[in-house]
Amino acid sequence: MGRLNRFRLGKDGRREQASLSRRGFLVTSLGAGVMFGFARPSAANQIFPLDRSLPGDGAFEPTIWCSIAPDGEITVNIIRAEMGQHIGTALARIIADEMEADWSKVRINYVDTDPKWGLMVTGGSWSVWMTWDVFRQAGAATRTAMVEEGARLLGTTPDKCTVANSIVSAGNRQISFGDIVAKGHPSHSFTPEEMARLPLKPASERRLIGNAELKALDIPAKTNGTAIYGIDARVEGMVYARPKMPPTRYGSKVRSVDDTDAKKIRGYIRYLLIDDPSQVVQGWVVVLAESYSAAIRATDALKVEWTPGETIHTSERDIQDRGRELINNKEGGVYIFNDDGVDQAFGSAHTVMEQEYTCASVLHYQLEPTNALAFEKDGVYEIHAGNQWQSLILPTLAKSLQVPESKVILRSYLLGGGFGRRLNGDYMIPAALASKALGGKPVKLILTRSDDMQFDSFRSPSVQRLRMAFDASDRITSMDYQAAAGWPTGVMAEAFMEKGVDGKPYDQFAIAGGDHWYEVGAFRVRALRNDLAEKTFRPGWLRSVSPGWTSWGIECFLDEVAHRQKKDPAQFRLELLTAQGRNKGQAPDSVGGALRQAAVVRRLMEKVNWGKANLPKDTAMGLATTAGQERGMPTWIGCVAQVHVDRSTGVVTCQKLTIVVDAGTVVDPDGAKAQTEGAALWGLSMALFENTEIVNGMPVDRNLNTYTPLRIADTPEMDIEFLPSTEKPMGLGEPGTTVVGPAIGNAIFNAVGVRLRHMPVRPADVLRGLQNG
Amino acid sequence: MTTFRLNGREVTVDVPGDTPLLWVIRDEVGLTGTKFGCGIGMCGACTIHIGGRATRSCVTPVSAAEGADITTIEGIDPEGNHPVQQAWREIQVPQCGYCQSGQIMQAVSLLKDYPSPTDEEIDAVMAGSLCRCMTYIRIREAIKKAAATARGDASNG
Repeated sequence: MGRLNRFRLGKDGRREQASLSRRGFLVTSLGAGVMFGFARPSAANQIFPLDRSLPGDGAFEPTIWCSIAPDGEITVNIIRAEMGQHIGTALARIIADEMEADWSKVRINYVDTDPKWGLMVTGGSWSVWMTWDVFRQAGAATRTAMVEEGARLLGTTPDKCTVANSIVSAGNRQISFGDIVAKGHPSHSFTPEEMARLPLKPASERRLIGNAELKALDIPAKTNGTAIYGIDARVEGMVYARPKMPPTRYGSKVRSVDDTDAKKIRGYIRYLLIDDPSQVVQGWVVVLAESYSAAIRATDALKVEWTPGETIHTSERDIQDRGRELINNKEGGVYIFNDDGVDQAFGSAHTVMEQEYTCASVLHYQLEPTNALAFEKDGVYEIHAGNQWQSLILPTLAKSLQVPESKVILRSYLLGGGFGRRLNGDYMIPAALASKALGGKPVKLILTRSDDMQFDSFRSPSVQRLRMAFDASDRITSMDYQAAAGWPTGVMAEAFMEKGVDGKPYDQFAIAGGDHWYEVGAFRVRALRNDLAEKTFRPGWLRSVSPGWTSWGIECFLDEVAHRQKKDPAQFRLELLTAQGRNKGQAPDSVGGALRQAAVVRRLMEKVNWGKANLPKDTAMGLATTAGQERGMPTWIGCVAQVHVDRSTGVVTCQKLTIVVDAGTVVDPDGAKAQTEGAALWGLSMALFENTEIVNGMPVDRNLNTYTPLRIADTPEMDIEFLPSTEKPMGLGEPGTTVVGPAIGNAIFNAVGVRLRHMPVRPADVLRGLQNG
Repeated sequence: MTTFRLNGREVTVDVPGDTPLLWVIRDEVGLTGTKFGCGIGMCGACTIHIGGRATRSCVTPVSAAEGADITTIEGIDPEGNHPVQQAWREIQVPQCGYCQSGQIMQAVSLLKDYPSPTDEEIDAVMAGSLCRCMTYIRIREAIKKAAATARGDASNG
């Protein structure tokens, strides 16, 4: 590394010493050799807006969630990953609104791991829903403390004071939050019980929550190159690394390594065999070099022979067949619902309808390939990376490194896309172990795109079997729903699994959505864990998790039932969304229950002039509706897709998506719209454009030459509406994904009479359907 | 040794001539606004301007940049206020933001060729720039807004 003479030049061109961050370790934007850099120092723990640092001494910290500096700046600590949802801004609004803060003085600070933050996870569309109560209480506590101390400084009592825009007023006298902190001594701290008793503002008095004018604080830095992602993290003296991937996810053993050709690459340093005590990373070889481009080439040049693991010949078909086998076996699985009378209803049914729906494997292809920078300093391993579930990977890293958890800290960066990929922090392990092997030296490990796709923690292929029983008058008497897939939570976070009605643990993220809110008589839902999937790859959580594929089965099957009964599919759904029994809903999360889903469907029908629009030949609308991600956190959503089917090519063009959402209180209206736009287009992409296939134990696609997500030209017109509500806010990052696939499947049927039961829909499938029809 | 101009300044690097320009800009120069996405020129995250033309830096060898005038996201406007950047903020285009440097560089180039682009022209030129957050609707809108601003079309501003 002698060639690297590190210094940087400031924007004004003056040479600066790379400075120590506030934690005393060096993280700088480097200029190597005689180069210059304009980029700002890339400290983890970024503050937005940029050009701000953490509040110094003298700041008042009424709770761990925020502090007020003597100059009035309010810093809000964010434990969620910033991956495109502008979550920092949304959460800061909640606390600032209740606090009566001046929004122009609010900064957001993405924190590093510390046990005091509790569970650090960003997924499941949970962030606003999980933080809503805590942040309103923390805001109320801050406001209370400011009013108490402000009143004292103004020589009055709190009951004589009003507060707005960071100013406490009593009559014509006033004092700002900053001056209260600078001149007074606010010290009131609150126990959680006291915080829970503080009065909260009524919805009618909110100024920041629901305000459509506020801009996201993280956006400006994303338009000028100053936003710092995990891949941009640098530290003095680091070496670059790229893994050489084994032929199977598990069980591959290195037989021999030959670096004769790698040594010819300028900048090649050495290779390392990774031995991971946690067994997450098996058979990886890491190549070290002085630059990343040298690491890429040396890895290509390195010859490694492995004895592959047992899944070297496993295919997607094998895994799906295993799923069918599990479903056909009456034993095994976990019952999520198992009402009395299901077997009797099917036994005495006048007719039974049964269908199988399947979905292909889908890759994340988050645009920033997975990467991590790891080093040891004073006995503590620091891992610098974007990540969605720090609390999950930290104990694994401790096990891999064989150090106590207190000796590992994860520093947070912006994520160049999460979509669930970075809930699994496995990519940090080889960086950490490579650093350990080098005595704690900083190692920056980046996966190339093909490495990243090969070892993606992707969405498992799935099989669903749906059965419905009807009596002699064609009334639905029972439904039996079964689904088989690899279980991400089972593999990576067993303790987070929920318990079925039979007391057995199951992965809610591999069955949710199957447990819908329709009245279908005696209802059975059984989840099957596909063991062959889990042996072959590391199943992952992918945007909208199971509702992204269970909805394909449920909503298309319901359409089939409606057509069979010669009913309008939208009217048919309304008849089933009656909010009886378990579908009544409960406070605070699902007040109104299925009636809110029905309201969404009605509004949708109104918006698209359902059933009355006069569309050209081979063009039609299809409808689908879901409760979003989980029964415990329902985001009521419906979508009408308008498609045109080209009978000669089988190509399906989605012309328009109309979406209606009831997500309770919408904290950030523009962000909510943006999330729904993106989520719905993910749904469209998975319905028509992207999937992979497991061939010889690995996803067959390794880059964009064969993996083909939605591009701008295929983006349809969109119309998104949020129903007004003051109920508790639910999630918005994913529900938009759930409805689009089945809406398209149903629209294709309405356009050309072809019912497709495999997602994604490919032109060849449409053509086959047209020929058979 | 390869010498080129980067954001108006002369740069000399001593790296193998076939090193992709992307890594020279990110790791040697230290400008990290230009991103690594696919490495095969198909996602557009690494888009820069060479001689004013949008170019994929991940598949451009540094040797090809000898004597060239290169601009990155950090260099299109000294204050970060190019009409495209302004429009991107007004329309709130970025989500994760990782592709947006490349999108902006491609859009700046697009507006030079098509000062009043149609949807079809936008779709054709921006087709090579993948946005995994799927901000496409806002990209279209922001490009039209930037075009209007650049034309001084107040009525459409």
